[in-house]
Amino acid sequence: MTIADGPALPKLIGERVKRREDPRLIQGQATYVDDIKLPGMLHLAFKRSDIAHGVIRSIDTSAAAAMEGVELVITGAELAEHLGPMPIGTPFPAPDHFSVATDKVRYVGEPVAVVVAEDRYIARDAADAIEVEYDELPAVVDPEAAMEADSATLHEGFERNIAVESYWGGTGVNPETAQPEDDSAVDAAFAEADVVVSQRMLNQRLAPNAMEPRGVVAQYEPGREYLTVWSATQNPHILRTLVAAMMGLGEHQVRAVAPEVGGGFGCKINIYGEEYVAAALSRLVKAPVKWIEDRTEAFLTTTHGRDLLGYIDLAAKSDGTITGLKARIIADIGAYEVLLTAMIPTLTGLMMNGVYRLPVVRHELTEVFTNKTPTDAYRGAGRPEGLYFLERAVDMVARELDMDPAEIRRKNFVPADEFPFATQSGLVYDSGNYEPCLDKALEVADWQGLLAERDAARAEGRIVGVGLSFYVEVCGLGPSAVVPTGGWEHSGVTVERGGKVTATTGASPHGQGNETTFAQMLADHFSIPLEDITILHGDTGVVKQGIGTFGSRSQAVGGAALISAAGKAGDKMKQFAAALMTDQEVSPEDLVFEDGRIQVEGAPEVSKTFAEVADYAYVPVPLPPGMEPGVSEEAFFEPENNTYPFGCHISMVEVDRDTGETKLLKLIAVDDCGNVINPLIVDGQVHGGLAQGIGQAMFEEVVYDEDGQPVTASFMDYVMPRAADLPVFELDRTVTPTPINPLGAKGVGEAGTIGSTPCVVNAAVDALAPFGVTHIEMPLRPERMWRLINEGGQS
Amino acid sequence: MIPTAFEYRRAGSVAEALSLLQEGGPEAKLLAGGHSLIPMMKQRLAEPGLLIDIGGLDELRGIQEDGGEIAIGAAMTHAEIAASDLLRAQAPIVAETAANIGDAQVRNRGTIGGSLAHADPGADLPAVMVALDATIALLGPNGERKVQAEDFFQDILTVDLAEDEIVTGVCFQACRSAAYAKLEQRASKFALVGVAAALSLDGGTCSSARVAVTGASSHAQRLSGVEGALAGASLPDGAASAASGAGDALDFVNEDLHGSEEYRRAMTAVFARRAIEAAAGRS
Repeated sequence: MTIADGPALPKLIGERVKRREDPRLIQGQATYVDDIKLPGMLHLAFKRSDIAHGVIRSIDTSAAAAMEGVELVITGAELAEHLGPMPIGTPFPAPDHFSVATDKVRYVGEPVAVVVAEDRYIARDAADAIEVEYDELPAVVDPEAAMEADSATLHEGFERNIAVESYWGGTGVNPETAQPEDDSAVDAAFAEADVVVSQRMLNQRLAPNAMEPRGVVAQYEPGREYLTVWSATQNPHILRTLVAAMMGLGEHQVRAVAPEVGGGFGCKINIYGEEYVAAALSRLVKAPVKWIEDRTEAFLTTTHGRDLLGYIDLAAKSDGTITGLKARIIADIGAYEVLLTAMIPTLTGLMMNGVYRLPVVRHELTEVFTNKTPTDAYRGAGRPEGLYFLERAVDMVARELDMDPAEIRRKNFVPADEFPFATQSGLVYDSGNYEPCLDKALEVADWQGLLAERDAARAEGRIVGVGLSFYVEVCGLGPSAVVPTGGWEHSGVTVERGGKVTATTGASPHGQGNETTFAQMLADHFSIPLEDITILHGDTGVVKQGIGTFGSRSQAVGGAALISAAGKAGDKMKQFAAALMTDQEVSPEDLVFEDGRIQVEGAPEVSKTFAEVADYAYVPVPLPPGMEPGVSEEAFFEPENNTYPFGCHISMVEVDRDTGETKLLKLIAVDDCGNVINPLIVDGQVHGGLAQGIGQAMFEEVVYDEDGQPVTASFMDYVMPRAADLPVFELDRTVTPTPINPLGAKGVGEAGTIGSTPCVVNAAVDALAPFGVTHIEMPLRPERMWRLINEGGQS
Repeated sequence: MIPTAFEYRRAGSVAEALSLLQEGGPEAKLLAGGHSLIPMMKQRLAEPGLLIDIGGLDELRGIQEDGGEIAIGAAMTHAEIAASDLLRAQAPIVAETAANIGDAQVRNRGTIGGSLAHADPGADLPAVMVALDATIALLGPNGERKVQAEDFFQDILTVDLAEDEIVTGVCFQACRSAAYAKLEQRASKFALVGVAAALSLDGGTCSSARVAVTGASSHAQRLSGVEGALAGASLPDGAASAASGAGDALDFVNEDLHGSEEYRRAMTAVFARRAIEAAAGRS
């Protein structure tokens, strides 16, 4: 396209632009960590514990060390001379956690020794040849039993295996004293209620299962005293900070690169022991080293998600007005606290206000160590758990009162004119308008029609149910006051010679499509073609600063930083343009970007092309007074608050009377994530989220036996949802912009996992309600459903 | 996911494969589609020193019919079996069962010979072969041997196949009035319970039947009580009654995360009924 010809460029924000990343991803032209091969590179293999809990009595590495091609075999105790305990990113007390166990193992899969060898096969053979003897200890598997006085304990100094205890209630925590306020109002609300529902519910443990497992290549160059780490991570800048600290280096001595990353879903936020070990061993053996996780290791050692047990009580008046919530939550966090472990369950309580005016709340949280893989963020991270508990309980109240599930929600909504809305938990919802979203969902689903369809099916003897949920979630994490790593984001925008644009973002995408959405924003900002823009990310050597991608923050925080940097670059372009228009005495403030030109607003004849202004910026003869050459600007964006998207999901299920198999017939999702840059990508995010949320409701669960042995450590037993298990989703949206950032965009990455799970379980309970069923634990296993059909009650 | 070191030989003929098998002794394993063996090797549950690839041998390929007897070569993939017009017309149960094994990748690689020789307790085809009273052809150093399917499957992952023998194919009589119904284990897509029923029908009356179950127990086996109850039964109305005791008669029933013994017994009756009804519905 020749810009000088001045073709009209369509605005791209709001358009369904296809992802620019996809052709290379689906044609094998992308570079993942495992594609990186350096000269002289050695390979790591980890010897891992095959027991859940025990003291290491001895490790015999002699046979492994003697194998041809083995460079080094090192135990955890030996490695501790080079690497201290791993840092965490929460303010909670935590036991020491070494990259490789030094004296005791606490979950199956925990590393006890490392092999460095010429190739991956030799490394694995040598790891197998390491002999470890343990004095086995009783496995702590049940989080409630773990808190009993007679339970074995995992960590010294953490009595009854309790990691974190928190409590707030009544009018919330007094910030001055950090003590709970008088919460007698909670007891009063329950005493005066017309109806109280009480339910124990498990939000089960899940394995994130990114398509690409973890992997790391580390290269320490002794001559330069410089470390480069390539890792399948969501946040290379955090990786750089933490690896530098662990290695005793400054951040100026470390470059972290997240090349193409095949999915994260939260499990690649944490910086893992293997990453530190690779860095340390590269320095020790003076060669680059690589470790690529295999799928078994991914099941055993990549952080799990969820695993919250909730005792939920909800009080209401007979007209459906909700008057109080009590939640006692027990989080089974596994064997250690990793980066954000202890913080995730706190989000559950924070978000359990939902979309309702809850007059009083009492929240108790206990986080408990067990002999299982540590937990951390998994898509939704704390919010799906809280909204599941709440939306199940609201449904139970509706059923008790024989109210329509939509109407009980409508009755309790925070009204549109009460935003910004301060919740009982101390959050401030930025914006919201729940009723139109509910109405739209009811309309798209044809709610009354669905109910009639269900009733007709029941009359034929079929087992059919419909369910609804309404969620609010927290996105756009930030601000820095609540994110230990800092809650800002950074971006750089450079206008190159020839008028092309290179931009960088610290929001490191791994499936989010930033290369497309960010380019759309810049294309509109500068009025240049999408093809003229490159978005770089994932390399601290290229992207000067950043935090990373998690908590649905790419657009709301990263996008806002991009627009800020683009604004600065645009201002400078206009100054150069005005300097080129000396004949016309143009002020930069009069100029606008229009179809590849910089022109006086409303006077296209007074213009310069974007390209000629860019060229001038780099050969500024004469240099305008007071200006520096070039156009390369950067910006940080610090959000003043989070954003709070919301939505309504509706589903219909049918259960096979003979087998208990549940089929999801319909799923309607009406989400409100504020302004939308690319509806195609937003729909894609919702689709993926729905699949994972439905996966939790119907299919997925990490299961351990009584000895702490995982029984779902492969795809032969861990049930992932497949395309054929899912209906054609019906999507729609309402748009309530956020005032928190200039884009008005809230974030959408996790929405699908939050609304769909309670929605599907509510439908399943509705299906089995005629059998006297009031609650069903997830996942909806066929045998569980079959028993309920035959025996009634609860599971 | 990293196997131990092994030697790989591609056999040019069945005879060469047999001699390589003898040479390799207990260290040697046959490789066809590799969809049972390779995952076990990656998990180091199997550590063969020698892999003899027989997957591409023409001698083990083909689907033929001769005088009402259908023969399938051991190296035929599930996808090829599913797509066979001959099978769809004359033994639709076989094509349909193959079409529902695992997923497309498994069907494109996995072979009937491999599935039968491996004898996973949840494999689909063993039950179908038992119900069809198929003969399994084996070749060893002493020549050919034929074993009836119901005798071939002996226990979990255990079949009547010597270390130096190769499964070369299966044959069975054409049969239209047969069907297979399964409850999938949701992760693996193996049969949690699968039942194959082959009926001899005289109008709406069943004169005789062979019914076999997989998934529920250690290995594929006949449900003789159901077969007895079906003799003389009028179908499809009598299917439920004939199938009702199917699960209770099993000596040993598997139990795992995906289904308890009680559930599998109950599902055996459900899927026996469904298989019988489907078979009876065929003309």
